Amino acid sequence: MTLLHPQRTAVTVSRRGRAPRRGSGGATGYLFVAGYALLLLAFGVFPTGYAFYLSVTNSQGRFTGLNQFIKVAHDYRFVPAFTNILIYLVMWLVVLVVLTVLVAVVLRGRMRPGLSALFRFLFYIPGALAGVASVLVWLFMLAPDVSPAARLLNWLGMHSFVAVIAPGNLPVIFMLIAFWTGAGGWIVVMYGALNNIPDEVIEAAKMDGAGPWRLAWHVQIPMIRQWIVYMTILAFAAGTQLFVEPQLLQTASLQRVSPTWSPNQLAYVFAFQQGDFNGAAAISVFLLALGLIGAGLLVARSNLFSLDDR
Amino acid sequence: MRSPIATVDARHRTSRASAAVALAAAAALLAGCSSASSTPQAAASAAASGSAAGSASFASVAQKAGSQITVWADSTRLPAVQAYQKANPTVKMNIVTYDGSADGSTYLQTKVQLFDRTGSGWPDVVFGSPTDVTWASQPTKSGATAFAAPLDENLVPQQTLDNFAKGSLAPCQDNGHTYCMRNDIAQVVLWYNKTLLDQWGYKVPTTWADYEALGLQVAKDHPGYLVGAVGDTNSQESYFWSSQCPAFHLTQPNTLQVNLGAADCTRMATLLDKLISAKAVSTQGFFSQGFAKASGSKVVMAYGPSWYGQYLFKSAFNTPAGQIAAAPPLTWPGETTASTGNVGGGVWMVSSHSANLKASTDLVTWLTTSDANQASAPTYPAYAPAATAWLANPTNRSYFATDVSPAFQQAANDVWTGWSNTKFSDATAWSSVVLPALTAGKTLTSALPAWQTAITNEAKANGYTVVNQ
Repeated sequence: MTLLHPQRTAVTVSRRGRAPRRGSGGATGYLFVAGYALLLLAFGVFPTGYAFYLSVTNSQGRFTGLNQFIKVAHDYRFVPAFTNILIYLVMWLVVLVVLTVLVAVVLRGRMRPGLSALFRFLFYIPGALAGVASVLVWLFMLAPDVSPAARLLNWLGMHSFVAVIAPGNLPVIFMLIAFWTGAGGWIVVMYGALNNIPDEVIEAAKMDGAGPWRLAWHVQIPMIRQWIVYMTILAFAAGTQLFVEPQLLQTASLQRVSPTWSPNQLAYVFAFQQGDFNGAAAISVFLLALGLIGAGLLVARSNLFSLDDR
Repeated sequence: MRSPIATVDARHRTSRASAAVALAAAAALLAGCSSASSTPQAAASAAASGSAAGSASFASVAQKAGSQITVWADSTRLPAVQAYQKANPTVKMNIVTYDGSADGSTYLQTKVQLFDRTGSGWPDVVFGSPTDVTWASQPTKSGATAFAAPLDENLVPQQTLDNFAKGSLAPCQDNGHTYCMRNDIAQVVLWYNKTLLDQWGYKVPTTWADYEALGLQVAKDHPGYLVGAVGDTNSQESYFWSSQCPAFHLTQPNTLQVNLGAADCTRMATLLDKLISAKAVSTQGFFSQGFAKASGSKVVMAYGPSWYGQYLFKSAFNTPAGQIAAAPPLTWPGETTASTGNVGGGVWMVSSHSANLKASTDLVTWLTTSDANQASAPTYPAYAPAATAWLANPTNRSYFATDVSPAFQQAANDVWTGWSNTKFSDATAWSSVVLPALTAGKTLTSALPAWQTAITNEAKANGYTVVNQ
């Protein structure tokens, strides 16, 4: 445990060191921010603004109010796509929060540092694969005739690839892919967050007779709550934009997956098959609203941004 | 640490979405505006009026003799294009391989939508599916020119067009013009393993009742052997098209009849359900992963397109030469002549934006009609004189146990015309609704209503008026 002291001190120092600089400002700061700000304006803010514009106009550029939103909401693919994404999101967020925190607590408190570092590395590796590559890996994982998990799939009564990707299984499959690629990184983040808890606090709790689970539930998890909220917001935002996984699975399975499984896919079909860019923009605005509402609720409920005031 | 990476990841996704929107934005800015409303119905009617008005006004862009032409072909047709290049080295060609719109892919449509918005980038010649012609023959928005050039307007002599097999250019035609040349037809015939049938003493079926009885017999006497499979993206074209089921029947240019409750549909569903439950017909696809290895050698019969011989039995199943034969399409009670289906059959289109229409048209004409190319083509030519040459080619005959010419020629004229070429692929609903239901153990008959709903929804989204009776 003495090993961790320098790290903690470093954090404190850096925090103290940052405070005065914040006040003094200067051109250098703006220079550093400029590159990001420009790209954000060009590829983040402008397209978002343009999507808003498209979503309230028709293809002749006339203002149509909310008609585009009403039109896409009445499309027969709208409700299924959003239902799919909501089921997926609930499963993915619950599994992500429960398992990453659990694993981080175990890695932090119940394991030798060397072994813990090895595991963190192993968990992280899949996250280093690009999105498409990781889906390709899963195409093999899901085909019983080539999968290393073929026994498990057969035991579950799924003897062919097409049986594995039955519509009812899809949210679980996408959740597994997302967890496999994304959770490792978050485990490392949660581990870092747990490291920030002062040792005195942990020792005091232990002295008061807290066992490992009690310690985790009443001390560690409440103290990293804001990290968990941060993770949930980012995972929620990324999750609503699910596209590559269903799209690739649709191609690989020769269309056994609906081409409009997720809202992003539906927007893609609207834009590039029906030539309806305004409708596509309306769907993306729906997604933006969904992400903002989710983030807003979490931020309000958790006092996420009150960290600096403490 | 993950947090920056996570942010990058999230940003990556966001940027992907934003990039798409940005593209859309930029494209829309460049292209200006289109019809009054962006609903497909309006777009379709605008397109219709556009092509009606534009039918006489196909104005080619400024022609540059000898300029390079860009050709998009699928990997199967690539050697043919390369052969043309070799024979005509003076023609400047840029050959690009893409998926050729196989299995309902919409890659070409997606790209043309974008090119129409950016105003450049169109390929000069493309190989595509008949479905592609439905959108390519109409402007994607008012003010745009339809992607496909009307070939009957001073590009290809009428005499050449008249030589295509009966009805094979129907998918190319719209508003009285011909927008494509059919590369091949894929008339459905009854494929069978002659060696096995002879060995077991079975007679080749000529009616659907015979087929059903033989299937049940095979299931009983030789468990594990198969007389068909319904799990491919195109199985509905082999079976339901042959059954004359009104699933995609355009009664008027914009009115689609989708009536899967019709007796012509249920008779096929019932027949297949019996064979599926007897395990004589597989719910997997012939082309699905692992099928060739597990069951390829156990396929006694297959009701499918003319390319099954080379592509399924020879290439995928590795069935030795001299075993496989083809019989003419099966008949239903009361029928004197059979009706059959058609599974694919590509088309070649010339872009109306081409700056070298002459070279483009020459290439397309050579590809579809010349004996030099078609006699050794991988699939059955739609151009009748070339088909004769194709059937005479020893490489197209030597693999089979008996001469396939009578079956092929009869089937080519028996393709039922009531299964229309629609603006959306007939594979999507079948693959994403019916096949998962079969995999889950439901019967075809019970999946028909869901299939009908899926087709109806898709048709309405594409601007059709749907009739369910």
